[in-house]
Amino acid sequence: MTTFARNQWYVAAYGREIGRELFPRTILGEPIVFYRTEAGEAVALADRCVHRRYPLSESRLDGDRIVCGYHGFTYDQSGTCVSVPGQGRIPRTARVPSYPLVEQDSFVWVWIGDRDRADPALVPRAPWLDDPAYTTVSGMEPLAARYELLVDNLMDLSHETYLHGGYIGTPEVANTPITTEVDEENEIIYVSRHMADAECPSFYAKSTGIEGRITRWQDIEYHPPCLYLLHSRIAPVGVLPNDDGTDPDAFHVEVVYAITPETEHSTHDFWAVARDFALGDEEVSAFLAESNRTVVLQDVTALDILEKVVENERDGYQELSVNIDTGGLAARRFLKRMIERGERPAAEPAAAVRT
Amino acid sequence: MLHGDTVHRIHWVLNTDRLLGVCHCGAEHESEDPVELWDWLLAHPDGHERPPAGGSPRPERQLAGV
Repeated sequence: MTTFARNQWYVAAYGREIGRELFPRTILGEPIVFYRTEAGEAVALADRCVHRRYPLSESRLDGDRIVCGYHGFTYDQSGTCVSVPGQGRIPRTARVPSYPLVEQDSFVWVWIGDRDRADPALVPRAPWLDDPAYTTVSGMEPLAARYELLVDNLMDLSHETYLHGGYIGTPEVANTPITTEVDEENEIIYVSRHMADAECPSFYAKSTGIEGRITRWQDIEYHPPCLYLLHSRIAPVGVLPNDDGTDPDAFHVEVVYAITPETEHSTHDFWAVARDFALGDEEVSAFLAESNRTVVLQDVTALDILEKVVENERDGYQELSVNIDTGGLAARRFLKRMIERGERPAAEPAAAVRT
Repeated sequence: MLHGDTVHRIHWVLNTDRLLGVCHCGAEHESEDPVELWDWLLAHPDGHERPPAGGSPRPERQLAGV
C-alpha cells in the first residue's frame, strides 16, 4: 500500500522557479515537467513522452508547446499531442496527463489525484508570503528521507533545544508544556507552546534587536498533508497583546514549511520565514535566510540518518511516545486517514469525522 | 486556537506529567500516556460523560512557567 495521500494539493515549486525553461520535479513519485506559457500561465504535464517515455523536461519549448527531444512528438499545454513525426495521423491516445495548478501565496500548488476532484478552494493559505506588510526569505532543501519523518520533526519542536541549540533552540523549548488542539472535521492540528520567560536565541536576538529575556510563543498550525505554519511571537518579557487583539509591541515571524513527498524515501522540504519587522532590511533578510537554512540543514542531516535507520530496521519496531508527541500522533492519524481516503474512488467519499 | 464542534483538546497539566484530554462533547479524561489518551478521545461516546455542572472549570490555555 502506498504511503502517499493522493487527491490532495501539494506545493510543487515557488512561482519564481517556473519560467520559460522546462523544469522537472517529481511529486509523490510522479515525474512532472513545469513551464510557463508565453502569457505567463504555469503548466504541469507528465514528464514522459507517450512514445518512448523520453523526459519532456529534456526537450525544448516551441512557443507554448513542448517538442520531445528524442523524436519530436509535440504537445500543447493541455498535454494533447499535436504533431507526430513523419505522419499526418495522430493516434487517439497520443497525450500526456496534465496536472491542475493553483498559484497562491508565492507557491505553485499541484493536485495529485483525479483531475475532476481538484477544488482550488481547498488549497490552504499562507498569505504572509505574498503580503507587502511582511518581508520573506525562503528556500527548499532536498531531504533523503520519507516525508513522515519531517512531519514528526516539525510537530514536536522540543527537538529545537537539542538539535538546534545555539540557533533557535534554548532550554525553555523542551521544558515548556504544550497544548494540543485537533479539529477533526477540518483536519487541522494546532500545538501551542507559550514560554513566559525564556532565553532569546540568536535567531531572534540578532533579527529583532531584543536584548535580554523574552516572552516566546510558538503556535503550530498544521494542515496535513502539506502545509505547516509556525506562528512565532517574540516580545520582551511580560509584553502581551492588547485586549483588542492588537499586538504592536511584539515581533511576529511566520515560519512556513511545505512538506511535499518526492518518492517513498525522499521529500521536498520547502521553507519560508516571513517577518513583520525590519521590512526590506537586506542585512536582516540575509541573516534570517542563512540561519534558517542552517537550521533546516541540521534537520536534513538528522532525518537522512533516521531514514537509513528506519529502512534497515526489523519489522514491528516499537516506538515510545510521550507527552511531547501528542500533536505528532494526531498528524500521523490524519495522514493515515488521508492515505486511505485518497485511494477510494470518488463515488465513495469517506466519513471525515468520528462521532 | 481552534474552534468548532469537532475539536479535541489535550492540555499538559502544569507542573505535572499528566495530560488532560477534553472531548468535543465536554467529557474529560487524564492520562500520562498520549497514545492511551487519544484512544479514549477517539472512542467517543464510549465512556464519555460530561463533567458535573459546577465542577472544576476546564483549564484554559495559559502561559507556562519555565
